[in-house]
Amino acid sequence: MDIATTIEPQKYAIYARKLVKKFGNFIADDNLNFEVHPGEIFGLLGANGAGKTTAIKMMTGLLKPTSGILKVNGYDIYSESEIIRKSIGYMSQKFSLYEELTIYENIRFFGGIYGLNLKSIKSRAEWAEHTFSLSGFMDKRVSNLPLGWKQKVAFVVASIHNPAIIFLDEPTGGVDPSVRRNFWDNIYQASINGTTIIVTTHYMDEAEYCQRICIMDQGIIKAIGKPNELKNKFLVNTMNELFIKIVRN
Amino acid sequence: MEAIRVNNITKSYENINALSNVSFSINQTEIFGLIGPDGAGKTTLIRILTSLILPDEGNAYILNLDLKKDYKQIRKIIGYMPQRFSLYMDLSVEENLQFYAEIFGVSIKDNYYLIEPIYKQIEPYKERKAGKLSGGMKQKLALSCALIHRPKFLLLDEPTTGVDAISRIEFWEMLKNYQNEGITILVSTPYMDEALQCNRLAFIKEGKILTVASPSEILNNYPFNIYDIKNENTYQTIEYFKKIIPDAIINRFGQSLHCSTQLSFDEIIQATDINNILIEKIEPTIEDCFLWISQQQ
Repeated sequence: MDIATTIEPQKYAIYARKLVKKFGNFIADDNLNFEVHPGEIFGLLGANGAGKTTAIKMMTGLLKPTSGILKVNGYDIYSESEIIRKSIGYMSQKFSLYEELTIYENIRFFGGIYGLNLKSIKSRAEWAEHTFSLSGFMDKRVSNLPLGWKQKVAFVVASIHNPAIIFLDEPTGGVDPSVRRNFWDNIYQASINGTTIIVTTHYMDEAEYCQRICIMDQGIIKAIGKPNELKNKFLVNTMNELFIKIVRN
Repeated sequence: MEAIRVNNITKSYENINALSNVSFSINQTEIFGLIGPDGAGKTTLIRILTSLILPDEGNAYILNLDLKKDYKQIRKIIGYMPQRFSLYMDLSVEENLQFYAEIFGVSIKDNYYLIEPIYKQIEPYKERKAGKLSGGMKQKLALSCALIHRPKFLLLDEPTTGVDAISRIEFWEMLKNYQNEGITILVSTPYMDEALQCNRLAFIKEGKILTVASPSEILNNYPFNIYDIKNENTYQTIEYFKKIIPDAIINRFGQSLHCSTQLSFDEIIQATDINNILIEKIEPTIEDCFLWISQQQ
């Protein structure tokens, strides 16, 4: 018996039941059933073409599902996608920052898009400066920043409107291992403060940082659970072995 | 036997030092890894070794050819796969391969055996324009094009960035086949786990080579005991261990933390007075080594 069905879907950050997305005859996502708890760090893993991107696009309201139930922050994806968009943040691998603008100008611009007034924008800028150690850099152009800094600014911009869920699409590709750790410290801090984090990644060391992971292959969820529980269940030692065992079979 | 020798290469762009006094050598038919984060100087070094750009100081020798004097000969014997695959997006898969074969004056048939394991995976799409291929297929085509003239020295600039885990494993299996064919390979990557696949590797950061050694030498030379520590609240646990063992190196690794110290297992158990904690002595990973070596500089 699925325990989740006995609890109200509203209590979840994400609640998906029998979720399907077809493009013509091609089934990109087939009968997905999962939920993400508020404040959880949830990883979505899979090879190219596994259906991760389609799943993310549905959760962010960019694509309508073909059938099934999908609730994001308790809102229905079919009828309330406008509200959903205000309650989520999205950071892609190609940070969508304006390179010619300074850090502060980027914050002001994205704050404006989300309808924040100047006072709120200023207070969010102070929060960013303090939380992400950006003091002295707020007036630097983004194009002159090292990759690790751009990544921090992209995360700030994605969380500027204080969303309940932040989606991170392959967030730390190419950066220094020590910079990567600082970034994950920030993510943990956001999660401790109650923000739900949904991460997609190709990289298994990054998957280890997630509290629960979902492994997808050819549109189907193959496994879902805590990293260590899954490693024990499939009798493997590393995340890489786990992924290969699940996806290659 | 030494195939490649790099002597004191320095290169700067305006006021950025991309490479500072870089020296190392690569042995014949070795897979040599250049491991380092974005902006470390990997691409600059590779572009110098392909003779595309000149160093400000220093020189290199590729199979006894002088990089500065014999660059025309060098270009015939190297294969190069840039990070942004240099494919002609408006040409089909087959036309791209044909183009590269003709540039080097070889026929596809001559060296087909070499590219067959990769090329046959994209052959069903040979009429398709390169621009319409997925990332993994572009990578396979770019590698086929870099190999079609059977180079003696293959340079691959971050070939696995953005490629999924299964394709990455297949990619490294293929590199080992080329090694057995007698090709010397230089491959760069920002991913520490790929370091273990190389015969020897250079850690590079901020334009400087931090170390050159085999993966097992690097792992064996790690000077500390290392403990994997797990607890419900990793964040607080990190702060706790920073306090009780001030000179330890503590890094987050997924849901656990790695604590490097001179202390023995018994000593660390005695020093710890919190509940619900799992402490395990482990072997260092290549990432522990990189973090330590880069902190030494």
